[in-house]
Amino acid sequence: MTDARDHESHENDPHEGGSSQNLPDSPAGSAGAVPESAEPIPDPGLPAHVWRPTDVDEAQEKRAERQVAGLFGLSAVCVVLFLVAYFTLDIGDNHDTVAGLGASTVALGTTFGLALLLIGVGIIQWARKLMGDHEISELRHPARSSDEDREATLAALNAGLEESGIGRRPLVRNSLLGAVGLLGLPAIVLLRDLGPLPGDVQEDQEYPGAGLERTVWTKGMRVVRDVVGTPIRAADLEIGDLVNAVPEAFFEVDGEGEHLIEGIELQIAKSKAAVIIVRMEPDEIIVGEGRDNWAVDGVLCYSKICTHVGCPISLYERTTHHVLCPCHQSTFDLADSARVVFGPAARALPQLPLAVDDEGYLVAQSDFTEPVGPSYWERG
Amino acid sequence: MSIDTSKVATSNSSAAVAKKPGRAGVVANWADERLGLGTAMKKNLRKVFPDHWSFMLGEIALWSFVVLLLSGVFLTLWFNPSMGEIHYEGSYDQLRGVAMSESMASTLDISFDVRGGLLMRQMHHWAAMLFIASMMIHLLRVFFTGAHRKPREMNWVIGCLLLILGTLEGFTGYSLPDDLLSGTGVRAADGFMKSIPVVGTYLSFFLFGGEFPGDAIIPRLYMIHILLIPGLLLALIAAHMLLLVYHKHTQWPGPGRTEQNVVGFPMLPVYAAKAGGFFFIVFGVCALMGGLLTINPVWKYGPYDPTKVTAGSQPDWYMGWPDGALRIMPGWESEFWGTTWSWNVFLPIIVLPGLMFTILLLLPFLEAWVTGDKREHHLLQRPRNAPTRTALMVALMTFYGLMWAAGGNDIIAIKLHLSINQITYFMRAAVFIGPVIAFMITRRWCISLQRQDNEKLLHGYETGVIMRSPEGGYSERHLPLDTAKAYAVTARDRDEASYVPVGTDGVDPNGVPAPTGRGSKLRGRLQTLWFADNIQKPTAAELEEAHHHAEHEAHGELEGVSADGHQFDGHHAVEGETLRGDH
Repeated sequence: MTDARDHESHENDPHEGGSSQNLPDSPAGSAGAVPESAEPIPDPGLPAHVWRPTDVDEAQEKRAERQVAGLFGLSAVCVVLFLVAYFTLDIGDNHDTVAGLGASTVALGTTFGLALLLIGVGIIQWARKLMGDHEISELRHPARSSDEDREATLAALNAGLEESGIGRRPLVRNSLLGAVGLLGLPAIVLLRDLGPLPGDVQEDQEYPGAGLERTVWTKGMRVVRDVVGTPIRAADLEIGDLVNAVPEAFFEVDGEGEHLIEGIELQIAKSKAAVIIVRMEPDEIIVGEGRDNWAVDGVLCYSKICTHVGCPISLYERTTHHVLCPCHQSTFDLADSARVVFGPAARALPQLPLAVDDEGYLVAQSDFTEPVGPSYWERG
Repeated sequence: MSIDTSKVATSNSSAAVAKKPGRAGVVANWADERLGLGTAMKKNLRKVFPDHWSFMLGEIALWSFVVLLLSGVFLTLWFNPSMGEIHYEGSYDQLRGVAMSESMASTLDISFDVRGGLLMRQMHHWAAMLFIASMMIHLLRVFFTGAHRKPREMNWVIGCLLLILGTLEGFTGYSLPDDLLSGTGVRAADGFMKSIPVVGTYLSFFLFGGEFPGDAIIPRLYMIHILLIPGLLLALIAAHMLLLVYHKHTQWPGPGRTEQNVVGFPMLPVYAAKAGGFFFIVFGVCALMGGLLTINPVWKYGPYDPTKVTAGSQPDWYMGWPDGALRIMPGWESEFWGTTWSWNVFLPIIVLPGLMFTILLLLPFLEAWVTGDKREHHLLQRPRNAPTRTALMVALMTFYGLMWAAGGNDIIAIKLHLSINQITYFMRAAVFIGPVIAFMITRRWCISLQRQDNEKLLHGYETGVIMRSPEGGYSERHLPLDTAKAYAVTARDRDEASYVPVGTDGVDPNGVPAPTGRGSKLRGRLQTLWFADNIQKPTAAELEEAHHHAEHEAHGELEGVSADGHQFDGHHAVEGETLRGDH
């Protein structure tokens, strides 16, 4: 990509006319349509090299040498300090000793960082003060190949294609293209088992509440506080309260004390079944169509999963009954069937119909009547 | 060389002295006989690299990528990309006994039970920030200086691919710890995928191995993060570097620096030393940041739980602008024949980034189409000398910046005590109006700077020396630019070289009718927009006249005539001007 003419030093002749002498014509006509004579100021050529203090003064040179070696020496000291810090400073218990970080992390980072920085600064100081600083000039060449090369390449390509007979034997060519093209099918089909189909998950019910249209809520399941799992009476709630709640199923255990839903199944269930319960003055509620008996004494229950892209919603303003999603600020009016009052969400939060069981605790009348969470193509 | 070597210390005496082949010679011979290094290295060892601070930006990206590889390898030795649930029993008290995935637990182990582990984690994250930020600034530098023009368009395309892959690499990386913040991000990504018409639900089920969150996403992101994308990044970086070497680096115009040559320091020793030294500096800065500045403290967020979220949940900054688009998008959704079209998610988060990236990718080709410029360019342009291009990128930057600010609308509302609703409504309009205003201001600003360049060339620079004449008139002394500087300012093409203005009759000054057809008409209009208002550098004759005038003016000062001169420079109407001005 370069040739023997490349290296020519201009550094000592300020009057040499850089562009015009011994350089090839412009590869692509850089002067354009305007004649050279119209250029207001002629190229004065490369400026003369200026000697640095370290070039002409031996004392300065020695000083720079000591500076560079000193920087490298300090770097070595930092490495020693790094090793000392590594073996002396404990980690684990004191993870916020210095500026919220462990002493070990801070000491290791500082010594390691300085060791690296000092080497870098030393090398650059060496380059700037002591290495030769003559600028040199090299010729450019157009990116394109020469015409001869192009012709030779074309000839070689044609000879190769001719010998292969790919042009003369369309049967061979086309059957090969077809066969190779079909190899794309295994490549796609092999990805099929990346995951189950949405419909199959819904049908197979391999875990409680499987499928986008279902959750673990069932008729009569108690609504319990998240984290602790205690059931809730409507009377326990003050006007204006918001309680984060989950289905009782999350806390159910079998005879040996093992949770019925746990691990990934629990995570999936949580991502759909989490709810918020609010209590407000019954006359403040604008009852939605067909939702006449979904509330219990002004207690309403909505999906906690935002209908925008699925963040859990939590910021509640009791005076306006608005709840805000912290991810993208969609705002829902819980007094009015959780319709969207602001933000990018398009749909109201699904409401869970509530009832009261024999012991007076809040229970679900059924599962949600529509899919929770973000919209998807088949949702309808 | 005609150097007075008597006064020169050893630093610049470069004549090599032939010696008997020593041990190094034997090794070199052994290697050359097997690898042919002699021929390969002959040209490249002293290959010339031009020097300018702005050429360092891409280097930051390159070196931070190396830091990412090194610190990343360290992290893989302990990280366990599994979603299997365990109870954490490590050193961090507050989370002991809490159920979490193994990936979260091993991230905590790296942070609290591996010496230097937290340092490496934070170095890795800071280096990723640096990697993406420096790629963006490097991209801006390249575009503003015209380094994307022929023959470097393909390297622009490779650079854009590096940027988008780097962004994806960042997202997959910060999702790996499976903490509450990153899990919320993955949750949103699931919502994004589900918004895609027809295939969205299937994409989500295939990526997550079933319903969100499933147990497959972390191992799959891990594979993408440590194998797939780094492999592509490495290959593309290699191609980027090879093309850089093949094209040779662009350079700023200046005395002796032309389109046909490249002037600078040779690779060995100066450039190699500076670049190599700079690697240690980038590495060192990453280490200092990793040791002193907390980033992504996942132990404070806790493990991911789909029922929990924190206020102020934000992605890493480079994912902020599409998040902003998502926030200010109106809540539009349609249903047709039982299918759901989530415009409110699909448009801002899937279509818009794709569209913006396509525009970015096509910029060099769009510019070449509009300007009709088919020449090679190796001399850089100052941003002011391509006003429309500069304005175009500033408009894009304004769009990006406003979107990014919209992505922090909750933070802005809290910090500045503003209504989040009003910020959102404002942003909905601002993302359309802001770029237009920025375009117009920038374009005019550039043209004014071009005028100022010409003023300096014709009338000299303002010295700050105020002259008072015997009559009491004041004038500022102007002095001519020195030749090297004046040459650097004028070392640019005249736009006429590639642009021929078309008159109202559809005929250009040479009598050639403009091409017709819708495409070429559009192109003609864009070309006029691109060039028509630009200020061209003065001709030799204009410069001559101005200098003559300046001498005259100096003479006038001696005579005691107060004249600031500008009204008589032949470029202004002089009718009604009094000789001494009215002041």
